Amino acid sequence: MSLQELYREVILDHYRNPRHRGHLPSPDVHAEGENPSCGDEFSLDLDVDGQTVAAIATQGQGCSISQASGSMMAEAVVGKSLDEIHELTSRFKRMMSIEEGESPVDEERPGSVLGDLEALQGVRRFPVRIKCADLPWTTLEDAIRRVEQGSEVLP
Amino acid sequence: MIDAATIRKDFPLLERRYGDTPLVYLDSAATTQKPNSVIDAISTYYRETNANVHRGAYRLADEATTAYESARTKVAGLINARSSSEVIFTRGTTAALNLLALRWADHLLSEGDRILLTLMEHHSNIVPWQLVAQRTGAELVYLDITPDFAIDLDRLDEVLDERVKIATVSGMSNVMGTIGPVDEITKAARAVGASVIVDGAQLVPHMPVDVQALDVDFLTFSAHKMLGPTGIGALWGRGELLDAMEPLEGGGEMITDVGLYESRWAPIPHKFEAGTPPIAQAVGFGAAVDYLVDLGMDDVRAHELDITAYALDRLAEVPDLTVYGPQDPARRGGAVSFELADIHAHDLATILDEEQGVAVRAGHHCAKPLMRHLEVPATARASFYVYTVPEDIDALVIGLMRAREIFGIA
Ligand SMILES: Cc1ncc(COP(=O)(O)O)c(C=O)c1O
Repeated sequence: MSLQELYREVILDHYRNPRHRGHLPSPDVHAEGENPSCGDEFSLDLDVDGQTVAAIATQGQGCSISQASGSMMAEAVVGKSLDEIHELTSRFKRMMSIEEGESPVDEERPGSVLGDLEALQGVRRFPVRIKCADLPWTTLEDAIRRVEQGSEVLP
Repeated sequence: MIDAATIRKDFPLLERRYGDTPLVYLDSAATTQKPNSVIDAISTYYRETNANVHRGAYRLADEATTAYESARTKVAGLINARSSSEVIFTRGTTAALNLLALRWADHLLSEGDRILLTLMEHHSNIVPWQLVAQRTGAELVYLDITPDFAIDLDRLDEVLDERVKIATVSGMSNVMGTIGPVDEITKAARAVGASVIVDGAQLVPHMPVDVQALDVDFLTFSAHKMLGPTGIGALWGRGELLDAMEPLEGGGEMITDVGLYESRWAPIPHKFEAGTPPIAQAVGFGAAVDYLVDLGMDDVRAHELDITAYALDRLAEVPDLTVYGPQDPARRGGAVSFELADIHAHDLATILDEEQGVAVRAGHHCAKPLMRHLEVPATARASFYVYTVPEDIDALVIGLMRAREIFGIA
């Protein structure tokens, strides 16, 4: 995988036109993440309807990898149940070799399992950048954990 | 005149390659590479001279002590200190500034007093003073940055009144390259009786420094940014001020007598060097100073002016590139921070590394207040030293043009 491919259209498109940017008027939960070593920032608002993420809005600034990962993640989680989000997060982390386990990606059919997110696979070749791709996901995990603990969901 | 292409042969690490791609090292403001003479001095010390210093009655210990103390003499000579006893070996600039904060500032300051800083300081010349402020009730005041990346001296008279007891200023910015207005600040500080500290982490490696001519009170610097090893640096201070300060740490080496309930301190510099010091590192530091003195600090500066002028010219050819620092090489050192179009500095650093083997730093460079002032979350920074050749800059420019392509910028 060349750099050209890594930064291929998909990543640049999400970097320059991030999806679900902004704030929710009265979010059920808000979570913030930062990579202190490089200064990347990512935060998000969630509306949770029962067990489903009804809406997400994201904020942040940083490199193309962190911000594109956040944009793709936001697209992938709206309308999903919390269980589905756990499964998605685990698949993403296996694809990125952040977690142990086989990558779920089907090499024969690019994009068929994780959609645009598969464009981030190339980041694995740049170990110092993997944490950039991971930042939005650790922020999401923090938000979901708080939803599940019930501490943040407003009546 | 320095011939950087020849000098490079003294630096084994600069021969490194990633596969077919040669390493292009443009991160000397973070740490410099080391010449063979420094590497050999450290290794020879361990092979032939190693013993603990200052307390052996045998020849080897005497040789080790001489090696350690002669490094001090060399460092003192480099900055033209009146006496080598005014040079205290520390862990580096950060440790030296913290020593001053804890033992000079804490003693000197009380509620309502002020410490004057500039907006271009490195975190290591900010955070220790915030801690002083918390302990003593003193306040921090900052000199601003002008739109052409200099320290704004217009408000100096207004800010510098009798409440200011300490002025602490970087001799050279590690982000913008700007040379600090040490003379102006020192003159103004003298007029109100404030003491002056210069963070010389970037200044001392890159320019001739004469502490007697500068007329400042303290100067701090790190060996690893001037061809020497990590783990050692120096605090220079006026003898009478160092004499008046209490030791930072107690232990061996720093006493003349120890009783059950009290002790007498050794004279400077040993009062501030409790415990076994970094002896091999000091020897390496001395060898680094020898290397620089051989080159001549005037020539080191002349080379930096040349290579920085070349870099600024070449960078001006890259469309959509913004340099955060003075355009005039005479006002700056060889640390050049920049932004390229909407490409984040981390992306730029990855592309430069991968495509051209160019090592640059990306981020806030431990100067967050400055970055906020410049309104950039991160910059990429290329920085130069005695071994930097024009070809290194050419590789940087090729990499930047390649980054534009990868990001689809026409
Ligand atoms: C201007 C300046 N001050 C202080 C420091 C801190 O030096 P050290 O990390 O060697 O203590 C640095 C190094 O990054 C610097 O560039």
